[in-house]
Amino acid sequence: MNAYDHVLTARSKGRNTCIDFIKEIFTDFTEMHGDRRFKDDMAVVCGLAYLSDIPCTVIGLEKGKDNNDKQKRNFGSAHPEGYRKALRQMKLAEKFNRPIIMFVDTPGAFCGIEAEQRGQGQAIAENLYEMSAIRTPMLSVLIGEGGSGGALALAVADEVWMLENAVYSVISPEGCASILWKDSSKAVQASENLKLTAEDLKSLGVVERIIKEDEAIFKNLHDDMYELIRKNLKLDNDELVAKRYERYRRMGKVR
Amino acid sequence: MLFKRPKNSLEGNTKIQLKLFKEKSDTAEKEMFTCKKCKKTYSKNELSQSFNVCPYCNEHFKISARERLNMLCDSVSFSEHDKDMTSVNFLGFEGYDEKLSEAKKQSNENESVVCGVCTIVGIKTAIFVMDPFFMMGSMGSVTGEKITRLFEYATNNSLPVVGYCVSGGARMQEGILSLMQMAKVSAAVKKHSDMNNLYICVLTDPTSGGVTASFAMQADIILSEPKALVCFAGPRVIEQTIRKKVPDDIQRAECVMENGFIDNIVGRKNQKSYLGKLLRMHMRYRV
Repeated sequence: MNAYDHVLTARSKGRNTCIDFIKEIFTDFTEMHGDRRFKDDMAVVCGLAYLSDIPCTVIGLEKGKDNNDKQKRNFGSAHPEGYRKALRQMKLAEKFNRPIIMFVDTPGAFCGIEAEQRGQGQAIAENLYEMSAIRTPMLSVLIGEGGSGGALALAVADEVWMLENAVYSVISPEGCASILWKDSSKAVQASENLKLTAEDLKSLGVVERIIKEDEAIFKNLHDDMYELIRKNLKLDNDELVAKRYERYRRMGKVR
Repeated sequence: MLFKRPKNSLEGNTKIQLKLFKEKSDTAEKEMFTCKKCKKTYSKNELSQSFNVCPYCNEHFKISARERLNMLCDSVSFSEHDKDMTSVNFLGFEGYDEKLSEAKKQSNENESVVCGVCTIVGIKTAIFVMDPFFMMGSMGSVTGEKITRLFEYATNNSLPVVGYCVSGGARMQEGILSLMQMAKVSAAVKKHSDMNNLYICVLTDPTSGGVTASFAMQADIILSEPKALVCFAGPRVIEQTIRKKVPDDIQRAECVMENGFIDNIVGRKNQKSYLGKLLRMHMRYRV
């Protein structure tokens, strides 16, 4: 499989979306809506649920199932209110020292006039800023497409995991090809250059764990999550936040 | 996200201005410049004296990081941090090495941001200034690292930070690690703020993509130069997504301020005194 095959797999029809992971891994999912400022962005799903016996806050980007659902969820491209809705739930989780588990699957934050007018950049910026210091365990799992800033806004956490066929990139390969070579059909070449597969990202230190996509995926993911969350719940929150700071502090290569 | 402005806008200008800053001889004084906006012709020297703002129509042209520092910092007060830090093509991205050496030549800088400590009207301040002539202020690992170190230095020394943003966004040639700079800098900004320090940011044309979606929008006070393009997704990207024309003014600073994301718009020639006033007003009153 070359890098672009991973991109196509990550985008493919019939792939498990955020809602499948919530259903299969958690119990008693109780959805919460709205950002209390503007509206309820359906591209972002938020709520409370149990991970076995641990109450958690679950947040995810949802692309939708059938055509109608997909449109309602804007194909997983959130508006600013979606990121603000997520942050509201994170703040609530922090208050009760409840772990936060996030699922990322988005082509990117929505690029539209209204999104700009309501501060798409500011909404993402605020999430990055606040999430760096939220005093409760956080885990983010990339389950499909990780599209740039729109993905990162739900992927600042103590650990970031990635499904073996998920991709995570600063720009879509098509976008990259059209900017660099004025030819979006060179997306295959761009994918190779961008190093966006799970293997690549693990070797760059951006993800801690790659999740195998086999029949036992939900069970394994559940068990791995349970183990990590219990481990991190035992840590002092100061230490947890300091470790999270260090995690991002290390990133980047300079001379 | 990274986007490029259409070729016709300001790219032509950059070269003219670069030449202007390099030739500070007598010939520069006699060389003429025609403003693209108001079509007035005057000497390049006159333009340079007004900090690259057209003295007739107030059009703010691009200005290098060094020129800005000269304009803002009290004389000889600037001491630079991490001057020699430079980017590596760690992904082996096609054409990146050539782009980097071209950018270094164009800008006379090692990276897209210059960081350091200075005094502004006598008040000690940490300062970062991004350079539009280095890959249009593209944010790579070095950009993120230098700004992060500056915020950490400012936190440890209880200094305010003044930052000038200009950027096309994250640098795609550094792949995912350029995206990670957004999270890295954001965490450092948060720490600086949690220790009750001031951060003032000035947005200049254009501020976009990953820079808008991180440290450009995290300041306590966000200022902008007149008519600067301030956006997350650029007009071209939006047009490709929604297949509709984007009105030119809706991503200009004046509109962004109307939407509530900018505290004030300050022209270049007033910036030093304006920043000085703000810095002074944030000093703690002692009884």
